[in-house]
Amino acid sequence: MASRPQPLGAIHWTGAVLAALVMASVLGPLGAVMLRADWPPALGPADWAAIRFTLLQAALSALVSVTLAIPVARALARRDFAGRRVLVTLMGAPFLLPVIVAVLGLLAVFGRAGWLNDLLAALGAGRVDVYGLQGIVLAHVFLNLPLAVRLILQGWQAVPSERIRLATSLGFSTADMRRQFERPILRATLPGAALLIFLICTTSFAVALILGGGPASTTVELAIYQAFRFDFDLGRAALLGLIQVAICLGAGSLAFGAIRRQEVGAGLDRPALPWPGDTGAARALDAVAILGAAAFLLLPLLAVLLKGLPALTGLPPVVWEAALRSIVLALASTALAVALALPIALLVTRLRRPGLVEGLAFLTIAVSPLVLGTGLFLLIRGVTNPIPLALPVTGLVNALVALPFLLRALVPAAVEAEATQGRLAEALGMRGLARLRHAILPRLRRPLGFGAGLAAAFSMGDLGVIALFSTPGQGTLPLEMYRLMGSYRTDDAQGAAVLLMALTLALFWAFDRGGRLDAVAR
Amino acid sequence: MKHTIIAAGLSVVAGAAFAQTPVLTVYTYDSFVPDWGPGPAIEAAFEATCGCDLQFVGAGDGAALLARLRLEGESTEADVVLGLDTNLTAAARETGLFAPHGITPEGLTLPVAWDDAEFLPFDWGYFAFVHDAALANVPGDFEALAASDVSIVIQDPRSSTPGLGLLMWVEAAYGDRAGEIWEGLADNIVTVTPGWSEAYGLFLEGEADMVLSYTTSPAYHLIAEEDASKTAAAFAEGHYMQVEVAGMLAGTDQPELARAFLSFMLTPAFQEVIPTTNWMYPAALPASALPEGFETLIQPSQALLLSPEDAAARRDAALATWQAALSR
Repeated sequence: MASRPQPLGAIHWTGAVLAALVMASVLGPLGAVMLRADWPPALGPADWAAIRFTLLQAALSALVSVTLAIPVARALARRDFAGRRVLVTLMGAPFLLPVIVAVLGLLAVFGRAGWLNDLLAALGAGRVDVYGLQGIVLAHVFLNLPLAVRLILQGWQAVPSERIRLATSLGFSTADMRRQFERPILRATLPGAALLIFLICTTSFAVALILGGGPASTTVELAIYQAFRFDFDLGRAALLGLIQVAICLGAGSLAFGAIRRQEVGAGLDRPALPWPGDTGAARALDAVAILGAAAFLLLPLLAVLLKGLPALTGLPPVVWEAALRSIVLALASTALAVALALPIALLVTRLRRPGLVEGLAFLTIAVSPLVLGTGLFLLIRGVTNPIPLALPVTGLVNALVALPFLLRALVPAAVEAEATQGRLAEALGMRGLARLRHAILPRLRRPLGFGAGLAAAFSMGDLGVIALFSTPGQGTLPLEMYRLMGSYRTDDAQGAAVLLMALTLALFWAFDRGGRLDAVAR
Repeated sequence: MKHTIIAAGLSVVAGAAFAQTPVLTVYTYDSFVPDWGPGPAIEAAFEATCGCDLQFVGAGDGAALLARLRLEGESTEADVVLGLDTNLTAAARETGLFAPHGITPEGLTLPVAWDDAEFLPFDWGYFAFVHDAALANVPGDFEALAASDVSIVIQDPRSSTPGLGLLMWVEAAYGDRAGEIWEGLADNIVTVTPGWSEAYGLFLEGEADMVLSYTTSPAYHLIAEEDASKTAAAFAEGHYMQVEVAGMLAGTDQPELARAFLSFMLTPAFQEVIPTTNWMYPAALPASALPEGFETLIQPSQALLLSPEDAAARRDAALATWQAALSR
């Protein structure tokens, strides 16, 4: 490891400034809401119950997601089969769906009138009740397992094939592989993936309420809704927003404290090889993991597809216009997110406590979208009319929210690239842009493509703050889909959901694939 | 994004160039503004006579609308706010942002008397549990529902205006016994959703036998989808009403236009748009003028409605009762 402190270049200072701006863009709106509130705000017992429940369900969801993701990522890393890439891309879809679409898809399979209960009834077995804490965890795992799998898979893919070849020639057993490769991979990837999913789940609101089955499943985000809309108690809303910040910082320091850098050593970026010590049992285990995950993730998507396809051709023109608007918006916020993430990721590689900066960037997903949007609205209103700015502001917020995903994809690869290529670059006197272009960026292509794909898909599928600013003729595709649902037009809404799913996947695929193009000569 | 900014800049310039056309800004809920909502037809009809530019601004649902207005305070751009209901008007009045409309409404067809200096109704509906016509043993009141094994999906009163309506329905019908009713209903409730859309979606997916919606909901399926399979359950206690209202802002720079819009709101040109776009009863249109299909809807025996002040005063306690009964 390059332990010698290295001087910070222009790009790192840019990263520092950007990181500060990102923090300001989260804390500024929070402050704006506070300034507008009556003081002192107070939390009631119901709010504390909501905080406890939020932590419980988010921790369970994160734990189950990453635990299930391990065998799936491992299987996908070790096996090559026809359709593997398509499967990996498709399996990412739940993460990219608007929440209500995902919930309806999930209920088509696991709900009271779902396929599973139909099957159980046909077999004469008892019924499964999905509503309750188990339903919340089920839905959060459905939504986040793909993210966990991809983040962990990255760790496996970072292992240079030279090392595998060496291990094979040394006759490594499964246990050797586990000790030498798999444990370090997991220590490098699991805490970050778990943190990301935990934080996503802490702002969950619709999923937790719908699948939780009632007001006992009240989360912080719902308490914020109540404070803001029902009681118009901005102080309480802001205070709950601050508690989300505290949760983020607390969980962040725990997770980043647990991350151990994956010291896999340098390689020549050759294609992956089969792992040594393969047995029939290992093959069976991998098959179960892949088939199980595919069924769990793809069946609900199939349900969404079956319901929405017939309506696809008859969608009102406003939906197509919104789709175009959403694509442009997604591309713009992806560009912005990448421009933010790259310098920050490079800065992180130079820091003694890298978790600190990355953890601060995670605030963008940990803080309530409602508080963030309201604060931005107040800030912008101080200067100009926010309504014409609905789309730019939505793009900006989407970029900020996508930032943690990009960083989580980029940082491990950037640290690795600095560690393996940095010394050589140093010896060659490569500095600044030349070093970035020749030594670092080529090793970031894959995570950059993946991260940009996530950012684009996220921006595409997220309702975001547009709903707070919305005005006719500016709707995004998710917003139009919700509007269709809110006007009884369920069929059209399901058609719009399929369109959204297809476009989002296509965007994700294009970026993800772009990141892998000519990375390796096969 | 650059283009959006340029476009935004251009539209500001364009707005300045046509400043001689007065602009009337109406804040409303989201589902009012889309192509299939009432907004476009109403905008065209009003602009044909007003010599003005009517601009609808959508802001979530009724509760979000009020929150938006409170955030903006006296500096709001809104001239008129359209889409609050009587569960929200007490709080809206308290902000002091609204001005008396000064209109004596004529020809109102609400089942209740209307006397409100700030707010005028534009449409209304009865809350009801909607179900498949094929459902057996449809309960006839809340107590029968609680005793049955019929499953329902409802909305959360903290985040949804129909959810708040149901809370007030039980409150108006049972008063002190509301807690007991909710405890009885607890095992009928499949789940509680953040808003109307999710609940109705779950019902259509077959997750519950009945959903809290409106007596007019079956009209949508009948008229727009030629599907007569949905109907609403008539409850013996009577049905709580949702009356949707509009009011003009005290700080408006277009008081004449705002008042003209409120008057226009009660004319047939506005009212006739409502039934098949908002799927509610228009507030000033005789039953004979309703579109074909509306005559098939159930007619509640009694209309329940708490006064805005009553609804506001009883809201917090009713919510606490609801939460306690359903959190067991």
